[in-house]
Amino acid sequence: MNLLNKFMNMDRRWIYIITTICVIVPFIKPIGLPTYTTPPVKNLYDKVDNTPDGQAVLISLDFDASTLPELYPMAVTILKHCFEKNIKVIITSLYIQGVGIAQIALEDVKREFPDKKEGIDYTFLPFVIPQLSLVILGMGEDIHKTFPKDYYGTSIDSLPMMKEIRNFDQISVAISLAAGAVSRSWITYANQRYGASVAAGVTAVMAAENYPFLQTKQLIGMLGGLKGAAEYETLVEKKLNIKTRKAACIGMDAQSAVHIMMIVFIILGNIAYFVARRKK
Amino acid sequence: MSHDPWIWIAVFFTFCIFSFLYKDNPFYRFAEHLLIGVALGYQLPIFWKNVVGPKVILPLQNHEYWLIIPLCLGFLWLARLIPKYAWLSRWPMAFSLGTGAGIAIPLSLQASVFRQMQGTMLTKAMLSPSITPVIHIIGNIVMFVGVITTLIYFYFSVKHVGAVGKVARVGIWYIMLAFGATFGYTVMARVSLLIGRFQFLLHDWLGVID
Amino acid sequence: MRRTGPLKLCLIGGIVMIIQFFIPHKFSKNFFDGIVSWLIVSAIPALVIGYYSISHLHLNKIKRKKEGFGYSIVTLSSIVIMAFIGFMWGIEENSLFMKIYQHIQMTMQATMFSLLGFYMASAAFRSFKARTPEATLLLVVALVVMFGRVPIGESVFVKLRLPNLIEWILMYPNMAAQRGIGLGVGLGMMATSLKIMLGIERGWLGGTGK
Repeated sequence: MNLLNKFMNMDRRWIYIITTICVIVPFIKPIGLPTYTTPPVKNLYDKVDNTPDGQAVLISLDFDASTLPELYPMAVTILKHCFEKNIKVIITSLYIQGVGIAQIALEDVKREFPDKKEGIDYTFLPFVIPQLSLVILGMGEDIHKTFPKDYYGTSIDSLPMMKEIRNFDQISVAISLAAGAVSRSWITYANQRYGASVAAGVTAVMAAENYPFLQTKQLIGMLGGLKGAAEYETLVEKKLNIKTRKAACIGMDAQSAVHIMMIVFIILGNIAYFVARRKK
Repeated sequence: MSHDPWIWIAVFFTFCIFSFLYKDNPFYRFAEHLLIGVALGYQLPIFWKNVVGPKVILPLQNHEYWLIIPLCLGFLWLARLIPKYAWLSRWPMAFSLGTGAGIAIPLSLQASVFRQMQGTMLTKAMLSPSITPVIHIIGNIVMFVGVITTLIYFYFSVKHVGAVGKVARVGIWYIMLAFGATFGYTVMARVSLLIGRFQFLLHDWLGVID
Repeated sequence: MRRTGPLKLCLIGGIVMIIQFFIPHKFSKNFFDGIVSWLIVSAIPALVIGYYSISHLHLNKIKRKKEGFGYSIVTLSSIVIMAFIGFMWGIEENSLFMKIYQHIQMTMQATMFSLLGFYMASAAFRSFKARTPEATLLLVVALVVMFGRVPIGESVFVKLRLPNLIEWILMYPNMAAQRGIGLGVGLGMMATSLKIMLGIERGWLGGTGK
């Protein structure tokens, strides 16, 4: 009993140390348990995979570095999927802080696909204004008018790949990788007004909230947090036989360890609470 | 171990921020203020190159002079900085709020209300064992009951007593279940962020993991 | 005029955009396109206000030599230096600007939020108690989701022949409550938008003159 009390009142810094150990140990000694694929991830994978000729996949990195570990692996693995299958990609960000992340993601993936060319295989659209709903509406009307130039300053009209792509009619799926409720704006403006297929890659915090939109097919698929990214990585590796670094999958062992630690903490905390309550 | 000086700089700032876990200190405060400054400084060149250039300067060079009207309207925002003329900033705000609301109302109503209500309706196919597996038929009924009871719980115009109270009570159980799921996912999200930083330290800096 | 003019513009702008939504004519489409362009351009100068506010705040702190004014110098000088680097040497791949962004800003921002992982662990066993039946349900679902959404838990659920249990919870009972809440939020947003358009909600006019 005394021990339980001591445990409950231990300095928070001890908990930080235990947490650190739970994160580091699985990295050094990985277990490598498999990640199972859920339907929302599989649906998105299939939609991207079946992109017809003449259409492109749009990836919008609507997040800043605060959620980088969850959303960045999603951007990288979807880009790899598209490049491997020769699917044309439009990459952009509705967040000014996300533009830099999009640039880094492109650089990262291009190292593995050095033959991919700007304007032919992919187009990098810049940030326009903070009013993201207007940008989505603008893209629905005319991408060329909303983005007169690409990120590198080249006129959009002069890019071969963009000659056929004018609005959402030529986008097979618009994927919003979002930290906040931005994916909701994509549903409201891109899907509802223009009938675009929209999918979301969201932080785990937002995942449970998006299920109503999956049922109504307003979202055709969803990647939820690091787990969603790991599922997509697994699918890309299995189906396309690509051997690359899987940042999300590597992190899943540590995720398991910390979750178990937290569950144990919560159970012990409750035991102590009930023991104390009974004493009173 | 990395030989890239930029990685070492990143490691230094990572530890500056982590030092807050022990207690507040000048290293953390320095990093915190530097972060705000760098983040704001980062936006200016991006904004100039990607927004002002292609959206304002280029069209004006192409003699699209109609642009001057919304631009003048936009400059009225700045009147907010001069107290005597601050009322002028109401004009661009009115334009933005009014048209924004006009665009959003029908779309949000359709996307967030009508489509969601449509999704709640139980169709013949959703309840037919020949089309839908039994586990999903049960799920559809659970879903229908859940939406109705949750809405009743939030209907405060009627006192939650008697039959309404009982239905609302079922609603609160559904809400608690959803909050539980959200909480579980929130834990997952926060842990993922931590994992990301350790991955940087162990992979990019120390090079001890793949 | 200072209040009624903007209120009228807000109302007319809103009504026109709602009417436009229901007219599937080319003229209506072009009009909508034009309004979107106007909104984009008129929003550009508004960003100056944000920079003015933060500079004003920190300059005041420095002028009055308030406690911690040194950190304000860090913030202001880093805004200027970062912007200067971007304007002078460009923002392209591998530029100094992007290096600072990647290795200083991104690093610090990601680390700052990763601290939440530690706080979550600390808070988990101190405050997450099954005090009431509702709290118990929340706790149980949270634990099930936390366990079932990581590979170790998934393996256990597969062995128990319940591989889709978590997905079922999320897809039906969770979704029902989230939808109920979402419908309330959606209707609330509609009501607020209408109140702004009709001039019932006038908070946005602020205290900037009569």
